[in-house]
Amino acid sequence: MIQLSNISKIFNGGTHNAKTVIKGLNLNIEKNDFVTIIGSNGAGKTTLFNLISGNMFPTNGTVSVGDKDVTDDAEYKRAKYIGRIFQDPLLGTASTMTLEDNMMITYKKGFKWLKISLNRKKRSFFKKELLQLNMGLENRLKENVSLLSGGQRQALTLLMTVLSKPEIILLDEHTAALDPRNASIVMDLTAKFIEQHSLTTMMITHNMQHAIDYGNRLLMMDGGEVIIDVKGEKKKQLTVEKLIAMFNDIRKKDFENDEVLLA
Amino acid sequence: MLEGIFVEGLIYGIMALGVFFTFRILDFPDLTVDGSFPMGAVIMAVCLENNMGIFLGTILAFSGGVLAGFVTAAIHNKLKVPHLLAGILTMTMLYSINIRILSNRANLPLMNVKNVMSFIAEKTEGIISEEYAYLIFFILIVLLIKLLLDIFFHTDMGLIFGALGDNQQMVVNQGISPDTMKMIGVGLSNGLVALSGAFAAQYLGFADVNLGQGIVISGLASVMLGEFLIKSNKISILTLRVILGAILYKAIMYLGRFYGYHINMTPNDLKLISGLLVIVSLFIANYKKIKGRSS
Repeated sequence: MIQLSNISKIFNGGTHNAKTVIKGLNLNIEKNDFVTIIGSNGAGKTTLFNLISGNMFPTNGTVSVGDKDVTDDAEYKRAKYIGRIFQDPLLGTASTMTLEDNMMITYKKGFKWLKISLNRKKRSFFKKELLQLNMGLENRLKENVSLLSGGQRQALTLLMTVLSKPEIILLDEHTAALDPRNASIVMDLTAKFIEQHSLTTMMITHNMQHAIDYGNRLLMMDGGEVIIDVKGEKKKQLTVEKLIAMFNDIRKKDFENDEVLLA
Repeated sequence: MLEGIFVEGLIYGIMALGVFFTFRILDFPDLTVDGSFPMGAVIMAVCLENNMGIFLGTILAFSGGVLAGFVTAAIHNKLKVPHLLAGILTMTMLYSINIRILSNRANLPLMNVKNVMSFIAEKTEGIISEEYAYLIFFILIVLLIKLLLDIFFHTDMGLIFGALGDNQQMVVNQGISPDTMKMIGVGLSNGLVALSGAFAAQYLGFADVNLGQGIVISGLASVMLGEFLIKSNKISILTLRVILGAILYKAIMYLGRFYGYHINMTPNDLKLISGLLVIVSLFIANYKKIKGRSS
């Protein structure tokens, strides 16, 4: 589904401040994979997403989706099949517009023409879909999104992203800015939607337990490389302790607990 | 006299709708307006002078404005120049272009050529007075434009403009190029502005390349005045209040022009008043926000 071959990303290349954030990365994500990604700050997780979504272009290497080389495609072109959700709940919705307008905008991807698609049928469809969130949003279609809480906005963004039927969905710590209760609601919804629509998903998380509990493959990144890659049966047997032990084995560093590791 | 305020308010209201589109919906503060307004006026004037007809003149004036908007958006998109600078560049270049359009003249009187005002006066002669005929005509024209804009903002494309001004990332995420949308948006906005300029020239009886000086500020003042009148998130109300704001603005300017001499004010002070109106509006809006936060 997604193939990254020999990807490098160097910031400020050719200057004294040159910094390699991704080092010769090779990665192959299969269709219907649900990959969780962990790693400390500066490990290159978000850069990896930026490279996949086209927000950044690699210094070396190629990005392919399906059989197509998309290395030089602009972000908006790739967005036709990639759905990305950010940590900041404000980035997924337009706050000065109503719920129904927001849902209409994201309902279909690609350039829009002078057609009025928001009608009674669409509204009742949106209402029905919003019921799944169990947040009472189905009665607030005409309200501006700015009136919703962060958790509600992120849940709405998630639903909107799923309804736009992307082939790949990138979740960039999408629950990190929420309070624990809302974070777990949004995480449960995420797992439910991914299963329902069998979406190919990559999820960055700062929560090791989430990374272990969800998905069928786990990547740990450090210093711009994937240092741990666990799949299938082996992943099911993972625990936080095992994961830290694996990390220490590889990096020969001593870490007391995951707090230090992920600080 | 009162009809005059309304007619002027309605004509400038079309321009204010254009300013509202860029400033409020697209969040693209576009200064091209100062050049595209007189551009509409001079294109119309030249068309009328050459007997090309009112209808064709209106279409060409609108198209000229759209082109001017395209240029600004293209400079902003391709050269990664801030919107304000892109707008000033186009506006400055338009000054020379407008003089070119007028064949190296700075103004052109329209008193003796057939234009939309003489056309209305002719058609309604003996039925109602000229002033009321103008008023009815412009109410219809502005309502039509407002209605078309309202429908436009309800289309799938129109909704994207709202999102673009609010959250550009969201537009990118939908697989839509923000650059293309900015071209369309700024183009349409300047088309409206030029249309307003075309009507203004016929109403004033002349086209002048200096007609647009500071016009963007009067448009902005109209938009802001309107915002004090009604609160809403419905697009039909938003466009209505822009037009009401433009009429209110013209009324204030009228007061300044006719009663200003009591406080030693001259028509030359009107630009200062426009600017102060914007500043006061900003001040009140800020004050309301602060008050809203603390309560």
